[in-house]
Amino acid sequence: MTKLRRKIYMVAGYNTISMGTGRKEFNPKKERPGLEEYIREAGQAVLKQIGGAKNVDEGVIGNFIASRFNRQANMAGFIPYIDEGLRYIPCTRVEGACGTGALALAAGIKSILAETAEVVLVLGVEVQNTVKAIYGADILAAAGWAKERKTGHAYFFPGKFSDRSKAYAERFDREKTRAAMAKWFTNAIENARLCPTAQEFHNTTKDLQACGLVTPNPKGFVDSLNVFDCSKVSDGASSIAIVSEEGLRRCGIDKKDAVEVMGFGMAEDDITKPPTDPTVLSTTKVAVKKAFESAGVTKDQIGTVECHDCFTIAGVMATEAIGFAEHGKGIDFVLEGNTSRTGMVPFNTTGGLIGWGHPTGATGVHQAVTIWEQLTGKAGDAQITMKPERPYGLTINMGGDDKTLVSIVYKKAE
Amino acid sequence: MNYSEKLQNVTVLGAAGKMGSGILLLTAIEMADLSLLPENKGKLFVLNAMDTSSEALKGLMKYLKTQVLKAAEKKVIALRKVYEDRADLIDNSEIIDQYVEDVLFIVRPTTNLEAAYESTVIFEAIKEDPELKVKIFTQINQNNKKSPWFCTNTSSIPINVIDSKANLGGRVLGVHFYNPPAIQKLVEIIKTENADMELVEFANMLAKNLKKIVVPSHDFAGFIGNGHFMRDAQYGIAQAEKLMATASFPEAVYMINKVTQDYLIRPMGIFQLIDYVGIDVCQYIMSVMNPYLADENLHCDLLDKMLEIGVRGGQNSDGSQKDGFLKYEKGRVTGFYDLNKKAYVAVDEFQANCDSKLGNPPASVQPWKAVVGNKKKEEVFVAYFNDLKTFDSMGAEIARNYAKRSKEIGLKLVSDKVAFSENDVNTVLLTGFFHAYGPINNY
Repeated sequence: MTKLRRKIYMVAGYNTISMGTGRKEFNPKKERPGLEEYIREAGQAVLKQIGGAKNVDEGVIGNFIASRFNRQANMAGFIPYIDEGLRYIPCTRVEGACGTGALALAAGIKSILAETAEVVLVLGVEVQNTVKAIYGADILAAAGWAKERKTGHAYFFPGKFSDRSKAYAERFDREKTRAAMAKWFTNAIENARLCPTAQEFHNTTKDLQACGLVTPNPKGFVDSLNVFDCSKVSDGASSIAIVSEEGLRRCGIDKKDAVEVMGFGMAEDDITKPPTDPTVLSTTKVAVKKAFESAGVTKDQIGTVECHDCFTIAGVMATEAIGFAEHGKGIDFVLEGNTSRTGMVPFNTTGGLIGWGHPTGATGVHQAVTIWEQLTGKAGDAQITMKPERPYGLTINMGGDDKTLVSIVYKKAE
Repeated sequence: MNYSEKLQNVTVLGAAGKMGSGILLLTAIEMADLSLLPENKGKLFVLNAMDTSSEALKGLMKYLKTQVLKAAEKKVIALRKVYEDRADLIDNSEIIDQYVEDVLFIVRPTTNLEAAYESTVIFEAIKEDPELKVKIFTQINQNNKKSPWFCTNTSSIPINVIDSKANLGGRVLGVHFYNPPAIQKLVEIIKTENADMELVEFANMLAKNLKKIVVPSHDFAGFIGNGHFMRDAQYGIAQAEKLMATASFPEAVYMINKVTQDYLIRPMGIFQLIDYVGIDVCQYIMSVMNPYLADENLHCDLLDKMLEIGVRGGQNSDGSQKDGFLKYEKGRVTGFYDLNKKAYVAVDEFQANCDSKLGNPPASVQPWKAVVGNKKKEEVFVAYFNDLKTFDSMGAEIARNYAKRSKEIGLKLVSDKVAFSENDVNTVLLTGFFHAYGPINNY
């Protein structure tokens, strides 16, 4: 990817609570907010920060699969529902499974680059607690190749990453792999406890590492993952505005409250093909490389990362795909504490998918909001200190089993 | 004995009752799983759910559907393998629905006893009435040409009595599930001297496949479970009556109930357990057992009196508790019955007074809920009961005597040759009554 031809900023981010098991207010037997409520809450919060709907040129909404979780399609129609001032603006819904959110961001970025808009309202939303997890697994399996469903595991995606985890452990170090995955879980929960919107905000488990070390039980779940290795079922929405220089002026937003998109990379792989090497996130690797080139930065300038840890093993493998660790050394990198909030490069500072939650279509947008908060000093208790030699933030959002990838590099606007 | 063949045509009598519905559920799932084995493809499996109430059968089918659905959701990983060759079943939801259909397809609700005439195995979970059981077994046995096996769920009637009176020639076994059968792990298997060994083998295999813990019991009225419970209840009632010299009726019941729950670290107090089982059922079981007991009188006037007024306990069809000695609202105990006033008294009115009379248990006490799953519960009990030994309070005194009596009952079950071993007695209390420790212990 080449250098961006225009300056692009992200401003005015907002995350709803990631609702689901773990939250005190969650009760599966009681009625809960639906798509409408989440979209409106997140959308209105952004509009409030950017001077209202009148400043918005275009809307993009990311949603994976409301058609099955909520019997709802044509999701773009919910953008004008946020505010009457948004009626008749051009709106698009995008979908790329769990990578949907960042696809929505990319669509917004491209509109600004194409000069067809100066202010794009981007949202991501998913409401998944409408069905039990065992049926949710059927729905989420659509992120893979439908023709593999029959032979796949009852918990299809955990099955896929269980296979990766198994391959990784067998090839490198079984014990260390399990320990690194447990450490990843521990970091995620500890970070989530600092973020009031996180699904694991209320988590009070004392010995997190012990949870993470629980031996997987193939009879009840998958071969090589325990439940703590997995992101949970979540409801939630995230929203952010993508704006040009002119957009910033129009919305009356100071640069100190904005992050600049320095570059981004996108990559897609064939959904019908199994991974060439299950121990490598090859598409992630390509997307990150493109993003670095586009931004003109190296890994050594990255100060914080929001990566797609739908499963702990995916987090561990992401450290290698980015280049922080060699192939097979990601486990050491994590175990040495490099990814913890006080480490060399804090990863997933509000918990990531494991700790903050994974409302699938919203996740990519949530990552951008978190980076925006961290780089502009709005992260509250979860705030980390950015090192001057590492001023950049990185997001990696993945759809399917390393198929649909968007990676973005950010910096505090100057 | 061909296990699978024997289970091709089965009848559950009293299928819509509390015990019957659980036994039916377990049997239906076991039969469906057999029917889905490749070697059984094309074979017909029939499970007659026989009950005298058509209305109750309607409720049963609803219950069955909900429970089978839950079971299917739980074992979907295995079910995906079972339906591996069904290309049309792809999603978990499709596989689960198919399984529910396959299980329900086997079950035939009926009010006609004749359905049992074709069965090879008959489970019986009707009223605990010896005459009725004998009458029905006789009728089926005379009309069924397949020399069927009878598995009775009786919890008190000696099996040899049923065997000889119904002329079954050893084709009857006590297969005593605990309430609720779908959840409780214990099955007491009671064989007569005359028992058909193939039937014994079959019952043991079935129990194993249902993942139950089997405790064999001698064929003596009440077996182990009720042998302990009924005497324990009788003792509790007697202790409450003693307290009534200085306390009101509800106060006395409250105190004994509290001591048996909190001081003895049991899942519920003795009066709540009597309510749970049903005051009428307890009275009836005692009356069935009593004639077989040579050296004691197992009878409680207090139960008769409660029943005369119409206070019965037991459960509603939705599983909620009916009022008995205790009054229940939304699963919570809110009052205690006063036999003199013939009305419930709110627990708040006397609770504080009674609690201060009883005094606190030793500080090392833990609630049953906290201990039962504790892998190191042994240490907790050793410490607690050691403290209890010398603890000076009225509650501690009652608890000490109660635990002593419970142990005596257990030991007598072994010396009377009801139980084969002390360990069996403990297993029954641990798994059938959810106690956290066995009555025969050295605490």
